[in-house]
Amino acid sequence: MSATSARPSPAAQPSGSAFILKKALISALVALVLFSLMIGIRTEAGPQGGLIYWTRFGDLAALVGTVFGGSIIVELLRQWWGPVDKDSIVPKPVQSAFSFAGRWLAPALLVFTFLVPVIFYNQRYILDLSILVLTYVMLGWGLNVVVGLAGLLDLGYVAFYAVGAYSYALLATNFGLSFWVCLPLAGILAAFWGVLLGFPVLRLRGDYLAIVTLAFGEIIRLVIINWQSLTGGPNGVSGIPRPTMFGIPLTPGDDGLAAKLGIEFSPTHRLVFLFYLILAMALLTNWVTIRLRRLPIGRAWEALREDEVACRALGINTTTTKLTAFATGAMFGGFAGAFFATRQGFISPESFTFQESALVLAIVVLGGMGSQLGVALAALCMIGGFELFRGLDQYRMLVFGMAMVLLMIWRPRGLVGHRAPTVFLERNQAISSDLVKEGHG
Amino acid sequence: MSGDHILTVDRLMMRFGGIVAVNELSFTAERRKITALIGPNGAGKTTVFNCITGFYRPSGGAIRLVHDDGRMIQLERLNDFRISKQAKVARTFQNIRLFPGMTALENLMVAQHNALMRASGLTVLGLLGLPSWREAEKRAIDLARTWLDRVGLLDRADDAAGNLPYGDQRRLEIARAMCTEPALLCLDEPAAGLNARESGGLNELLLSIRNEQGTSILLIEHDMSVVMEISDHVVVMDYGVKIAEGTPQAVRDDPKVIAAYLGADEEEAIAVMESGT
Repeated sequence: MSATSARPSPAAQPSGSAFILKKALISALVALVLFSLMIGIRTEAGPQGGLIYWTRFGDLAALVGTVFGGSIIVELLRQWWGPVDKDSIVPKPVQSAFSFAGRWLAPALLVFTFLVPVIFYNQRYILDLSILVLTYVMLGWGLNVVVGLAGLLDLGYVAFYAVGAYSYALLATNFGLSFWVCLPLAGILAAFWGVLLGFPVLRLRGDYLAIVTLAFGEIIRLVIINWQSLTGGPNGVSGIPRPTMFGIPLTPGDDGLAAKLGIEFSPTHRLVFLFYLILAMALLTNWVTIRLRRLPIGRAWEALREDEVACRALGINTTTTKLTAFATGAMFGGFAGAFFATRQGFISPESFTFQESALVLAIVVLGGMGSQLGVALAALCMIGGFELFRGLDQYRMLVFGMAMVLLMIWRPRGLVGHRAPTVFLERNQAISSDLVKEGHG
Repeated sequence: MSGDHILTVDRLMMRFGGIVAVNELSFTAERRKITALIGPNGAGKTTVFNCITGFYRPSGGAIRLVHDDGRMIQLERLNDFRISKQAKVARTFQNIRLFPGMTALENLMVAQHNALMRASGLTVLGLLGLPSWREAEKRAIDLARTWLDRVGLLDRADDAAGNLPYGDQRRLEIARAMCTEPALLCLDEPAAGLNARESGGLNELLLSIRNEQGTSILLIEHDMSVVMEISDHVVVMDYGVKIAEGTPQAVRDDPKVIAAYLGADEEEAIAVMESGT
C-alpha cells in the first residue's frame, strides 16, 4: 500500500447494527437462492421409474439461518478486530522468523530432496510420489520461462510434454536409440515445435494467445490419436526401454548394475535412479533458467512482460525474443516428456490432456509467476497435497479447491509474490509484486 | 542552407483511413543541435515521431538519417526495433513507458540489449560464464551507473522503476534511451508534468547530452520555457502541416504561430501580439 493512501478512519467505515443486519440478510438471501433447489428439493427415481421428489424445508431453513447467524458473527468479529493489516495479525517477531525461514527454505528443501531416497528407501509409494512431484517441478520451471518471465500465457504446454514423450518412445522403440541419445533429441524436437507454435501467435495477446495455445495443445493430442500408423493411436506406445545408467541396465540379469556391483538386485534401485535422474534434470532446468535471467535474453523476456512497446523502442527484436522463450520452455517440457516416457514404459494420448496443461499452469500461477522457489513449493502442494487428501474420498476435490481459493485470497500473487532483481549496485532488494506486470502477450 | 543535417524529413504523409494526420511535412534537424517540434494538441507531432521511430509506416514521403560517418539510412524503410538497433534512433514516450517491475539499473541494462547480446555470444558464451562476457557485463553496468549518476538517480539504482517519483521516472526514461547510445534522441514531451525546478534540471540534462555526447535531439514539447531556452531550431505544426520554422525567437514572434496557439485568425493574433509588447 502506498504511503499516500491513508487508512480509512473508523468513522468512515460503515458500522452499526443496521449495516450488519443488511449484510447478513443479503448473505441469507443468496444462500436461500442457492440452496432452495440444491437442499430444499430432493429428487429420486421412484419404484416405477418415474421421478419422485419431496421437500426439505426444515434443512433449508436451518442452513439459511446458519448463514444469517454466521454472517453476523463474522461481521462482529471483523469490527472488533479492526482493519485487517499484516502488522496487526502477524506480530513482528513471527514476521522476522518467517523471513529467516524464507532465506533458508530453498537450501533446506534441496538438501531434504537429496536425502529423500535415503530416508524413504523402503517406501515405494513415497518414492513414486516424489518422482511425480519432481516431474511437475520441472514442468513448472519450464513453463515458468514462458508464462512467468516472458508473460506469454500458454495453455497448451502439455503439447511439448507429449512431443518429448513420443519422440523418445518412437525413437527408442523403432531405432533402438538409447535414452541418453534421445533426451537431447526430444528437447530439440519439442523446441522446434515451440518455435512452430510461436510463429502464428506472435501478434496475439492475452486471451487470444491463450486460446491459440490451447488449440495447439489439442491439435497435437488429436494428431497423436489419429496418426495410428506412427503413434499407435489411442493404444499408445508400449515397451519403451527403461533408462540405463550410462549403458548399464538396472535389471536383475548378469550384466545389470546390481550384479556388477556385487549387491543383491532390488527394483528400488531403478526407482532411486529415476529419482536422481529427474532431480538432476529439474536442477539443470533451474540452473539454466536462473542463468538466463541474468543474461540479456532473460532480461529481454522480463522487459517484454513489462512493456512490449518500450522493448521495441529500445531495439529489442520482440519476435526472436518471444520465439526463444517458447523454444526454451518447450525444450524443458520435451526433456520432462522423455523422462515421463522412460519412467512409465508406456504412453498414450490420455496422459496429455488439457488437464495436465491446466495443472502445470496452476502450479506456475500458484507459485508466484517468475519465482523458481515458488513454483517448486506449488508443485509440492498441488501434487503432494492432492495425494494427502486421498483419504477424504469424494470430498477430496472439494477440500482441494477450497484450499486453493483460500491460498489465492491469502496470496493473490502466488506463494512467492515478489521479484528478485537480476542485477544490483548496492542493495539486492526484492520488488513488490504490485509493481511487477503479469504480461499481456 | 546545406548544413550538416542528421535528419531530413521530406514530404512526409501519414493517413489513417480518410484522416490525413501529417500532410507533406518537410523539415530537417541539424547534427548536434536540439530541434523542437511544437504545435497545438492534435497537430500531428506524435504521429511524426511515430513515423520517425518506426511505430508507424508512413503513407508517403521519405525520412533520411545521415550518421556521423556519412552512412545514410532511409528510416521509412526500416520498421519496429530496427530503427533503434540499426539506425540508432532512440525515443521516449509521452506517457512514460518504463519497465515498472524492474529496478532502475535493470531498465538501463535492458536498453543495452543488443550490445550485450553480441557480447554474450547470443547467450551461449554468457551461459557458460566466459570472462569476455563478464567483462562486457561489467562495462554495461558501468555505463548504466554513469547515466544513473548523470540523471541523479544513482542512490535509487536498486529501487523498482515503478516506485520512483514522476520526475525521476521521466529522467530515467531519458537515461534508458541514452544507454542505447543513439545518434538521434527523440523525446516526446519530456517536461510534461514536471515542476519549474525539475524542468530547469531537464534543460541542463538535455544541453549536457547535446554538448558532451554530441547526440542530436528532436523533441516535442508544450512547455515553452523548455523549448525557448534550449532549442536551436523550432518547427511549428498545425493540422498536420508545417506553419513556421526558425530560431525560437523568430517562431515566437510569428503571427501564424500565435494564431495557431490562440485559435484566432491572423489579424486578431497580430493585434494581440502588438498589444502584448
